[in-house]
Amino acid sequence: MSPLGKLKKVWAKSLLSGKINPVRWPESETNNPLNNSSGLLSASNRLNGRSLSLFTTEISGTTRPRRLSSSPIAIAGSLLLPAQQENGKPAIAKGSLRSKAFVAACVLLLLASFSPAIQAQTDCLSCHGDVTMQDAAGHNVGVDANAFHSSVHSDLGCSACHASIKAYPHPDHPQPVKCVSCHADEAAALVGSVHEHSGDQPCTTCHGTAHAILPKDNPKSAVYPLNIPATCGKCHGDAAMAKQHHLANVYPQYMDSIHGYAVSQEGLLVAANCESCHGSHHVLSHTDPKSPTFKAAIPATCGKCHAGIRTQYTAGVHGTALAAGNLNAPSCTDCHTAHTIGQPTMAQSTPMCGSCHQAQLSTYRDTFHSQVSNLGSYVEVARCSDCHGEHEILPASDPRSPVNTANLVKTCGRCHQGANAGFVKYSPHANPHNRHTSPLLYTIRLAMVLLISGVMSFFLIHSLLWLIRSLVEKA
Amino acid sequence: MPDQATLVEEIPSLGPQPAAVPPPDPGRERFFVRFTLAQRYMHAIMFVTFLGLAATGLTIRFSTNTWAQHFALAIGGFGTILFLHKLCAVTLTLEFLYHLQNIAVRILVRKEKGLLWGPDSMVPNLKDLKDILGNFRWFFGRGPRPKLERYASWEKFDYWSVFWGMIIIGLSGYVMWFGPFFGRFLPGWALNAVQIVHGEEALLAATFIFSIHFINAHLRPDNFPMDTTIFTGAQTEEEFKERHPEEYQRLLAEGRLEQTVTTKPPTWLMNFSKVTGFTAVLIGVLLLVLTVSAYFRE
Repeated sequence: MSPLGKLKKVWAKSLLSGKINPVRWPESETNNPLNNSSGLLSASNRLNGRSLSLFTTEISGTTRPRRLSSSPIAIAGSLLLPAQQENGKPAIAKGSLRSKAFVAACVLLLLASFSPAIQAQTDCLSCHGDVTMQDAAGHNVGVDANAFHSSVHSDLGCSACHASIKAYPHPDHPQPVKCVSCHADEAAALVGSVHEHSGDQPCTTCHGTAHAILPKDNPKSAVYPLNIPATCGKCHGDAAMAKQHHLANVYPQYMDSIHGYAVSQEGLLVAANCESCHGSHHVLSHTDPKSPTFKAAIPATCGKCHAGIRTQYTAGVHGTALAAGNLNAPSCTDCHTAHTIGQPTMAQSTPMCGSCHQAQLSTYRDTFHSQVSNLGSYVEVARCSDCHGEHEILPASDPRSPVNTANLVKTCGRCHQGANAGFVKYSPHANPHNRHTSPLLYTIRLAMVLLISGVMSFFLIHSLLWLIRSLVEKA
Repeated sequence: MPDQATLVEEIPSLGPQPAAVPPPDPGRERFFVRFTLAQRYMHAIMFVTFLGLAATGLTIRFSTNTWAQHFALAIGGFGTILFLHKLCAVTLTLEFLYHLQNIAVRILVRKEKGLLWGPDSMVPNLKDLKDILGNFRWFFGRGPRPKLERYASWEKFDYWSVFWGMIIIGLSGYVMWFGPFFGRFLPGWALNAVQIVHGEEALLAATFIFSIHFINAHLRPDNFPMDTTIFTGAQTEEEFKERHPEEYQRLLAEGRLEQTVTTKPPTWLMNFSKVTGFTAVLIGVLLLVLTVSAYFRE
């Protein structure tokens, strides 16, 4: 075995036995900077102060570093020590410190292409690199080395997660990997959420294959904003699963919605994906008052993006009622729906408002406004929001309301040119069927109905008798 | 100065002048003028616009019904519906105004007393009341069939119901059309009331015309399947004697019967009348079915 091979083996042993704890590369970049054309110097310049000092300490050969960085340079530096001890003599016996440093740099340059972390992984991968590898029980225990090397955990040694494996040969049944050992906050958030008990591997269900987890800003990541709907949809687009858990099969609904379209077709990172409203690790049922999808919290949730509308809504009757604790008052999703949100069309608004305001819808149905909107192809017609406003709906008694008596000429005049004080005395919600609220119209309508029924009854009887007589005479 | 229209109403266009009338021939069927060309055109314009108004108006009135929405969609949406409604309304209004002008001229200028009172008048009289009662007696086999004059009581009812209907429906329609203008004079409730009155009166007009008028004028056994007199203007002597015996006898006694003799309507006109009449009746009955079903589902 070449000295270099020995070096590698010794270091790998120490790593596996836990003597050396590799920690994260101090920069977010996981690529080996020494493989860059920028070379050692630029890589050194990019190191933070601690790593640099560690590096200089080691090449002086006087003290063992208290803590090793997994940076290739720092690790390469640390490799010198066990090599010296095993050979029983200093690796660099002669020459000035300057020349020692030069030689050390040369060695480093050589070693740098063999990341020690990879070295450790290489040992494991010499077996597990076969992606078809299976254990005795038939579970796949192969690792796609390429995928792992580009994953967010590529700079971690295998034992960082597979903590129960300390040496080879390793136990047949190693302890399950516990993501919580590093990701404590996320694990804590998962507790109490709707996904707490969903499956053995709650992390990988969303984050993807354990050895190929990518950072969430990587467009290939399962939790990249544009990929989140598909990730959640793996379960929430499954009709059988939805039925089993008494959930709506929301994925297809969402994908057809304006948010889903923006995400899937337009690739808008700012468009709402599942996480935007439901959160990620601490997803709660909409019935939980702490949930962002709890009715009272919905204006704030939607308002994270739709801030202007939220301000209007909060000022209106619906917003104030909801804020006052009236959960019957509509929040955003009551009118816009949660997962099937589309471009708001006026045609939908009338039945939407009418689902609560039934009496008003009924009287609206009697008016020309309603008849026009029913027959379509003529958009300029008054629907609920044209007179009452949309998000900042105010009671008619409020002087700011468009249906306040003082504002009616202006409001009606938006469509009816020449609207005047007399014209706006028309009552758009009069009910001729109600003798208490509209006694005059009730009487007029009653008289008309009596006229119709009287005339028609008389003549129908007349015609029927005539028919009978004619048939009798012809017979 | 008699205007052209008055002339048209007075001179039966379908036939030569009385002098050219051939002498009575027992073996040949004779035809008599019942409606002038102007009256036939008036009726034609009225039934076309009425069908247009009914088709579009009922669509608006029963706008929640699927048939209404499909019909509106098929012809171009609400814009088209309202345009056609207003177009028919204006046409019918002009016709109504022309009719009023014609009546005014005949009463005020030409001093036609018979227009307001008498056997040729549309104004109801005591005989109409007797005819109605007599009709009911006849229905129950308690008396002879009343002998009718020029206009039957139900024909007068048709005329006056359309007359007042046009005033009521027309005025309320124009108030809705020009709401802000009428809003200056009318109280607020009136703007609501015109909507009810317009809709209900129009409903009465449509159901009445499409059932009672069709039955009385065309579909009853005496006239079945179609009385083409309003289209051709002519009736046979047999029809004349049977339907308007009193008028026939009166004209005969006064020696004016021969003045109303005309030639047989050409075959094309007979066929055209049947096709047009049937089409109108079919459209009307279809609208009636849709209206009645929609009304009782409201």
